[in-house]
Order: sequence, then structure tokens, then C-alpha cells
Amino acid sequence: MREKIILRVVSKAFIPFIFLFALYIQFHGDFGPGGGFQAGVVFAAGIILYGVIFGLDTMRLAVPERLMEYGIVLGLILYGGVGIVSLISGANFLDYDVLNAHDPTHGQHLGILLVELGVGITVTCAMTTIFYALAGRGEK
Amino acid sequence: MPLPIEIVLFIFLLTTAVVIARLEDLFAAAMLTGIFSLLSAGLFTIMDAVDVAFTEAAVGAGVATVFILCTLSLTAKREYQQPTRILPFIVVGITGAALIYGTLDMPAYGDPDAVPHGHLSAKFIEIEEKAFLSQDKHAAEPAQHGSGEKAVGLPNIVTSILASYRGYDTFGETAVIFTATIGVMLLLRTRRREKKVSPPNRDQMETTS
Repeated sequence: MREKIILRVVSKAFIPFIFLFALYIQFHGDFGPGGGFQAGVVFAAGIILYGVIFGLDTMRLAVPERLMEYGIVLGLILYGGVGIVSLISGANFLDYDVLNAHDPTHGQHLGILLVELGVGITVTCAMTTIFYALAGRGEK
Repeated sequence: MPLPIEIVLFIFLLTTAVVIARLEDLFAAAMLTGIFSLLSAGLFTIMDAVDVAFTEAAVGAGVATVFILCTLSLTAKREYQQPTRILPFIVVGITGAALIYGTLDMPAYGDPDAVPHGHLSAKFIEIEEKAFLSQDKHAAEPAQHGSGEKAVGLPNIVTSILASYRGYDTFGETAVIFTATIGVMLLLRTRRREKKVSPPNRDQMETTS
């Protein structure tokens, strides 16, 4: 769809805002609606829109396929890692109270932020990887 | 009494569903599934389930539609014509009727006395509210979380429940997404390595086996 100039210009203007909105959902999830999963799918929708408009090869330059594959694992490890850290600090698995020595509420904030980030990374990368797998078949 | 906008959205939703089922042009059907998701997202927003609406709009109307279109580009654009058969119709009809019969037993929408609101939800809200109010007054009793129960202390209680009280579940869900993606990759991915592999001697294998 590279030759459709209206689509190209409009999507180019929109994609940064989609990403910005995704980041807002991600990091404002503690205070408003949203969270890791929602942010992840919105972010992935932005990436996939880019791929649909500009083609798979351009998309591979912007978001390398390999990077996305590692991201799926990285997000899950981040989530599990927070659990392990709280385990090592002497609390239960995924008990965030101990993450901040002074105030358990701050520990909870930190833990939830990291955990949601893990979910967000995994979801974004998973959706993008599925798109690569599906669309990549059409190339041949 | 439902709002007028709810009635309009439901009528659109129903119409879209019927049209999708009857369409033979699969491309149009794929686009209509996107519209179906968008309408559902609107309904979720009216029901104050903004989290679900986000997901439905991004996954259903956005990503899933693209996935369906990708699949269509690999398969056929039109539905294969089949003679109308009566048995599937009866099975689907009975299933639908059973589902509608099941909804009759459900509590009314927004009913505060509904069973799920009676147990844990009430408890969670009570603990979190207490902690949050004591935080607002601040200083005096910062970490005074009710009577022995620990509160998370986030303004958004949905996030508190999902990520902290139910952290295990969410971890499991993330693992499910991980596993599902691995499955899709194994099934669909074509590897660049293909070139290196010398073409297996299929004839030989067939003759030997």
C-alpha cells in the first residue's frame, strides 16, 4: 500500500500518537484504566499499522524480528524476576511489599509497575511476532 | 431501562452478526468483524468497562482484522458454496437457545446484590478504600492498612487486584500468551534456513518405507 499517499501520510502522522497513547496506558495504569495488556495491544496495533502501510521489509528495519522474539521471553522473565526478587528478600512469591525497605505501599507501586511492564513487553512482542509469522508466509 | 445508545448499538451489533454469517465475500466479512468489535468496544465503554473496551478496540478491531486479512491473502477470497444442510442449523439453534436460557438466571446488570459482589470484591474494596483514605490524610498513619490486612494502596483498584492480589493469575496469563505465540511460531513460521537444507530425497524415502 506504499503508493496510497493519503494512507501513508495520515498513518505517519498517527503512529507516534498511537505509541504515546500506549505508553500512557502502560504507565498510568495505576491511576486510570489500563495496564500492561491494554498498552501492549495498542502498541502492537501501531507497529502492525506501520507494517501494513509501509510493507514488511521496512517494518523489519524498524522493529527487527529477532528483537521481538527476545521480547516475548524478556517480558515473562521480568515478571517472574520480580517474583524471585521478592522471594529472595524473604517474602512470598510476587509479594511486592518488600521491594521498598521503608514503605510497603511504595514497594507495591514499584512491583506493579515492573510487572505490568513485563506484561506489556510480552504482549507487544507476541502480537508483532504473530503478524510477522502470518504476513511472512504471504511473501513467498 | 437501557439507554437509547445501548439499544442502537445492540441493533447494529445484531445486524452486523447476521450480515457476517450470510456474506459470501470473505473480504467484506473480515472488515465487518472489525466493525463488530468496534461496536462491542463502544458497548463496553458505556458499561464502564474501559479496560475491556481498550482491548476489544485494539485486538478485535485492529490486530485481529489484520490477521484475518493476512489469512485471506493466503487462502481464498470467497466462501466455498455448499448446499444448505439442516443438521448444523439445528445444532447451532439448540446451542443458542441453551445459552439464552442460561442468561435468564444471571443477575441483573449492575445489581449490587449479585453473588460475585458479595464475597471477595466487597472485601477488596473495603481494604483498599480504607488504605487510600488514610493515605490522603497522610503522615499520621501511612502504612496503617486496616485490621491486619495488607492493602496495595493504588488509586485504580482494578490494577491492584490484577497485578498484586491476583499476581499469580496474571503471571499465568502472561505465560499463556508466551506459550500461544510459541505455538503459532512453530506452526506458521517459514525459516530462512530453508535454503541451506538440501532437498530431502523424498522419492528415496518413499521407496524405502
